[in-house]
Amino acid sequence: MSLTSFLASPPSRFAARHRRQLHLAVPVVAALAALPFALHDVYLLNVLILTLLYAAMAQSWNILGGYCGQISLGHALYFGIGAYATTLLWVNHGITPWGGMVVGAALSAVTALAVGRLCFRLKGHYFSIATIVIAEIGLLIVHNAEFTGGALGVQWPIAGDGWWSLQFGRAKAPYVWVALGLFAATWLVTWVIEDSPWGYWWRAVKDDVQAAESLGVEVFASKMSAAAVSAAFTAVGGGFYAAYVAYIDPESVMTFRFSLLFALPAVLGGIGTLWGPLVGALVLVPLTEITRSYMGGSGSGLDLVIYGGLIMVVALARPEGLLSLLPRRSR
Amino acid sequence: MTAQGIFQVLASGLLMGLIYALIAVGLSLIFGLMDVVNFAHGEMLMLAMYAAFGLWAISGIDPVLLMPLVVAAMAIFGALVYLGIVRYAMRAKSNAGMVQIFATFGLAVLIQGLAQFLFSPDYRSINGSFLAGKTVNLLGVFLPAPQVFGGVVSLAAFAGLWLLMTRTDFGKALEATREDQGAVALVGIDRNKIFALGWALGAGLVGLAGAVMAIFYYVHPQVGSGFALVAYVTVALGGFGSVFGALAAGLIVGLVEAATTLVLPSAMKSMGVYVLYLGVVFFRPSGLFGRL
Repeated sequence: MSLTSFLASPPSRFAARHRRQLHLAVPVVAALAALPFALHDVYLLNVLILTLLYAAMAQSWNILGGYCGQISLGHALYFGIGAYATTLLWVNHGITPWGGMVVGAALSAVTALAVGRLCFRLKGHYFSIATIVIAEIGLLIVHNAEFTGGALGVQWPIAGDGWWSLQFGRAKAPYVWVALGLFAATWLVTWVIEDSPWGYWWRAVKDDVQAAESLGVEVFASKMSAAAVSAAFTAVGGGFYAAYVAYIDPESVMTFRFSLLFALPAVLGGIGTLWGPLVGALVLVPLTEITRSYMGGSGSGLDLVIYGGLIMVVALARPEGLLSLLPRRSR
Repeated sequence: MTAQGIFQVLASGLLMGLIYALIAVGLSLIFGLMDVVNFAHGEMLMLAMYAAFGLWAISGIDPVLLMPLVVAAMAIFGALVYLGIVRYAMRAKSNAGMVQIFATFGLAVLIQGLAQFLFSPDYRSINGSFLAGKTVNLLGVFLPAPQVFGGVVSLAAFAGLWLLMTRTDFGKALEATREDQGAVALVGIDRNKIFALGWALGAGLVGLAGAVMAIFYYVHPQVGSGFALVAYVTVALGGFGSVFGALAAGLIVGLVEAATTLVLPSAMKSMGVYVLYLGVVFFRPSGLFGRL
């Protein structure tokens, strides 16, 4: 929201519109939660789980990249930290994945603060490249360290199914709900932040650092807090993903590509918006999965051609994101 | 390891550094000109390598002689990428930065898919160059001839680039456009044309790098990704937009990478480069030779 339109609309109107978003979110989440009762196809449920996971990851990235304007291209690091913390605690020490996710989130938040301490003085592309480099350092370590299982990765042993182990055999519905819960949590946090002082500070930092600073906004603290929240949720997603696929290796959770893929739904849907990440993921993930299974089975590469082409076309045709297709009032 | 062995490793590191510089300079040039980071840069390198391989496989002519053809083809391709994609990405009124990243990232995925579709994921290599298998004895250090050739080509390219930037009208127009995009329009320079030519030059340079690398490196659809990462670090280390920063940074990256293999397993060879990069930007946030 620009300053002029903010000044033009009295606070009560903004508050009402902000509250309306919550009234919209409740039925959306309820409908998504009910989907597993109607949908029994394992393939489609898998697509739904991945869609919700990517929506949650994009929502997390959006907190730092969209609201605070710090374009991180290294979020694969935080996803990896969550995935490895959850996996190693469960496989080596029998600690429930829920605990692993919490530990992973804490570790990631601390890492993000350290990264921020080092990198937030960098501007523009220098910041983005530095985040790539730090994530690559993490990838190199995981790839070559012994405690992470190196390049071979770690397999989750067969364990009793249930909520404690977050293993459900062939059942997919519980994973849908966990992924949805994660998305709902990231959405709710974003929603709360939007109308809090932090939200205003972050957007001020994004729009004009110097102006924000001169008005007394704590620029560095704003960036650091956004980074920590964003990294923590990304790590929870990594932990969830590890539990879902029950096998992780460096390539499947930590490569540079994931950093871009987490940002992509937010950008395609509408960067710095509440619903952009979900809209982007709803379009992107099913399309990727469907083209992959119908055209990429033989490794022919046609799925990549379609996928890449789609990213290009949407980015060029709708720079503000797909959400901007809707009339302004209903956003 | 003997002193001889250490020299050997560092010398090949310097040679690789010259190649890295040649890969990175096109990226840096385009960035300096118009503030766009091309996320398909690695895929352009890959395309150039396939072009060299394909031309060699069809004609049987030595890949060294085919280099001008590859460079010309890539230059045309670069201009087309600007005219067909980047030009529109730059027009975006909101979040132009992300639009540029994802327009070029989408292009990268598309090119990679296309390469996989047309050429299969197989690893291929040229084994018909007269340079292959030969070594050059430089003061007691033995270096593979193709890499030495690559280093010489890179130095020649930088010398040519220096002449182009300082001695020609095109170079002056390029420099002027990068100083002030609005003002050049007033003196009758067509900004669009300069940008397209800048992309042609940048892609031609990475085409030259690909044509050289195809002589001694495997060609496959993913070959560009790893080198692209090195190129981003090189460009940021040298300073975005600085052509000779790219040369210096390329040499440093090659040398540090080689030195790292002396103390760490070769799978970790990039570690030294990454740590060095972070160390440098911590003290010089805009790279070694960058302007802010």
